[in-house]
Amino acid sequence: MSNLETFREETRAWLEENCPASMRTPMPDEEQPWGGRNPSYPNPDTKVWMERMAARGWTAPAWPTEYGGGGLTPEENKILQQELKRINARPCLNSFGIWMLGPALLEFATEEQKQKYLPPIVRGEIRWCQGYSEPGSGSDLAGLQTKAEDMGDHYLVNGQKVWTSYADKADWIFCLVRTDTSVKHEGISFLLIDMETEGVDPRPIKLISGSSPFCETFLTDVKVPKENLVGELNKGWTIAKRLLEHERTMISGMNMGAGEASLGGMEELAKEVFGELDGMIAHPTLRDTVTKHKMDEEAFGLTLRRTGELAKAGHGIGAEASIFKYYGSEMNKRRFEILLELLGTNALTTEGEGHDQDVMDISPQWLRSKANSIEGGTTEIQLNIIAKRVLDLPEGGQA
Amino acid sequence: MSNETNEQPKTDFILSEEQTMLRDTAKQFFSEQVPVANLRKLRDEDSADGIDREVWKQAAELGLAGILIPEAYGGTDFGVTGMGLVMEEAGRTLAATPLFSSSILSTLILLEAGSEDQKQSILPAIAAGEMVVAVALEESGHHNPAAISLSAEKKDGSLVLNGRKTFVLDGHIADKLIIVARSNGQKGDTNGLSLCLVDAHAEGLRVSRSKMVDSRNSSEVTCENLTVTADMIIGTIDEGDAPLESALDHARILLSAEILGGVNEVFERTLEYLKERKQFGVPIGTFQALRHRASAMFSEIEICKAVLTFALSQSDKKSNQIARLASLTKARLGEASTLVSSEGLQMHGGIGMTDDVDIGLFLKRARVQLQLLGDPSFHRERYARLNGY
Repeated sequence: MSNLETFREETRAWLEENCPASMRTPMPDEEQPWGGRNPSYPNPDTKVWMERMAARGWTAPAWPTEYGGGGLTPEENKILQQELKRINARPCLNSFGIWMLGPALLEFATEEQKQKYLPPIVRGEIRWCQGYSEPGSGSDLAGLQTKAEDMGDHYLVNGQKVWTSYADKADWIFCLVRTDTSVKHEGISFLLIDMETEGVDPRPIKLISGSSPFCETFLTDVKVPKENLVGELNKGWTIAKRLLEHERTMISGMNMGAGEASLGGMEELAKEVFGELDGMIAHPTLRDTVTKHKMDEEAFGLTLRRTGELAKAGHGIGAEASIFKYYGSEMNKRRFEILLELLGTNALTTEGEGHDQDVMDISPQWLRSKANSIEGGTTEIQLNIIAKRVLDLPEGGQA
Repeated sequence: MSNETNEQPKTDFILSEEQTMLRDTAKQFFSEQVPVANLRKLRDEDSADGIDREVWKQAAELGLAGILIPEAYGGTDFGVTGMGLVMEEAGRTLAATPLFSSSILSTLILLEAGSEDQKQSILPAIAAGEMVVAVALEESGHHNPAAISLSAEKKDGSLVLNGRKTFVLDGHIADKLIIVARSNGQKGDTNGLSLCLVDAHAEGLRVSRSKMVDSRNSSEVTCENLTVTADMIIGTIDEGDAPLESALDHARILLSAEILGGVNEVFERTLEYLKERKQFGVPIGTFQALRHRASAMFSEIEICKAVLTFALSQSDKKSNQIARLASLTKARLGEASTLVSSEGLQMHGGIGMTDDVDIGLFLKRARVQLQLLGDPSFHRERYARLNGY
């Protein structure tokens, strides 16, 4: 038996033994496993599952073992993911530390910083948030004004961040700060700040969907130790760009298949609502609408696979993340528009006798999806990046 | 040139070394020997053949006419992916050759259902570029194999054909035709078709050339008491539907490869124009309205490449998903070529409307390719049906 086959057998046996039964059921939103200093575990199995996976480094399976990761090869990691999917296992840990900060630290941080920050991320002990955008710097991110002044033994940080996801629940924030006001991109540094430091004040923002996952975070005379600087002074933009690629890839895959999953798939939903004609969706124009979308999804899935294979073989085209972000987020928005069209006023009802909760859950997700083409760089910014980096079109007045 | 190792690609998306070499050979051949000027010349001289026979001979010498044909029948056996690479390069220069009609469509039908005798007598001649075989399939302005009704009456073990075919690619230069006829059942049935191989000069057969907007070859075919003897039936009488459908699916994917070649060419030419053409004192490629549209097109093309490459590799792997994938690919590429050829023309501005600039030739070819073997609506409907909704 090959090593990989052995790995699969052992993994399967271990998961059978260690994944609690309730962790193999659909996950209600309040049971999302975010970890952190003040975690919330309405279902105690969530904690058990996270800790068992963390002990093997499988919360971050591909990270090196010296930082607590699983040290798995890409092939082993693929098998682990397949085996997790096979038993419908819930994610063991949601973490911006794993998805976004960790890869940047692995690439840019000192050995000491890696030892300090990575293992608590793997164990789900520290929950991170991202401090990038500012009220005056959205698409023009590099125009950010939050200042970090060198005070000799520390930095003094003053400014305001916005759209900091879950800042009110996070333990630490990774921030872009201005360390040189005389230049733009070359005056930005990457700083890690403990949210418990005096002067850090996150306030939730209420969104059109009714929920408040984002905050505005005020930073007033916050003292940050100098060793919290990642990479070189004034070289933070390089790290920021890399990290944004991770974020864009994450967003392009976000919500895929969510929403309609509980309703049995868009095509089944269409049959249910409009009836069948010879086994096909009876409404001819909506049938075509659904078909176009299903084709988009299959084609986009193949594009992700192709790019993965090309990247592995060293044939990256560059700016892939921007293509995925652009296409994936626009497609996700279309998906919710179609679901609303299929469900009609039932999906627009937020409370009502005899209304199905699964259907009423669609409208907040529809509203949330509108942010997909804004967050992590708008659709327009992605198209700018492709024009500049891939198509090499000449630049004029605008960015 | 031949693919001696006959090795399957290890992945679904990455070319093998042999395939890369084949693509380079094809690229060089089409760009040097069959540039767009070649099509212009055929058109402007009102060429009787509508193809350049000398060029076709050279293509055959390079092995390009026998890519799908096993070595035992004189081909080079590079598989569907190999043929896709060749078609992509042919699409870049609008090369007018019988590659699609003879070396793809007819060849696939013969490989699917031909008898040993038929394969031995015809495939080597196709591979050598010595014989052109055309397929007479369509009967109306829309691709619809299920609706075929050209009548084939059974008589003493032979079939007697009566009826009309339209949009027969390369029909007037063909040495033989494969006529798809209904010998049983009626329109819409899933069987009852027969595939009839007939000589171009057979009694009762009339072929007349028609002219198409893309300046490529097409013809009208009429059968009047055309007798097809048993040895000229490809496969079994009344059972031509399945092999035809399988051949059509592979051909749809390969036609999509030609479409992608045209799309790439138009996009690259347009990109160059955006960098060169100045208005208001700056290159028009600095205008965000155009940059965004160019980036959106690029993303769409990347998606098309993934879909096509996957469909080609699955054809070689004899996947049971080919029908679905063929419809996905043909619909997607058809939509993309409409987008890119229209946008390409718009971005070229007034100069794009002139006959001197090639962009219009690509637009015209794209439109014919779109209709050929099913337009996007046909394939979206088919994809949905095959997926069960």
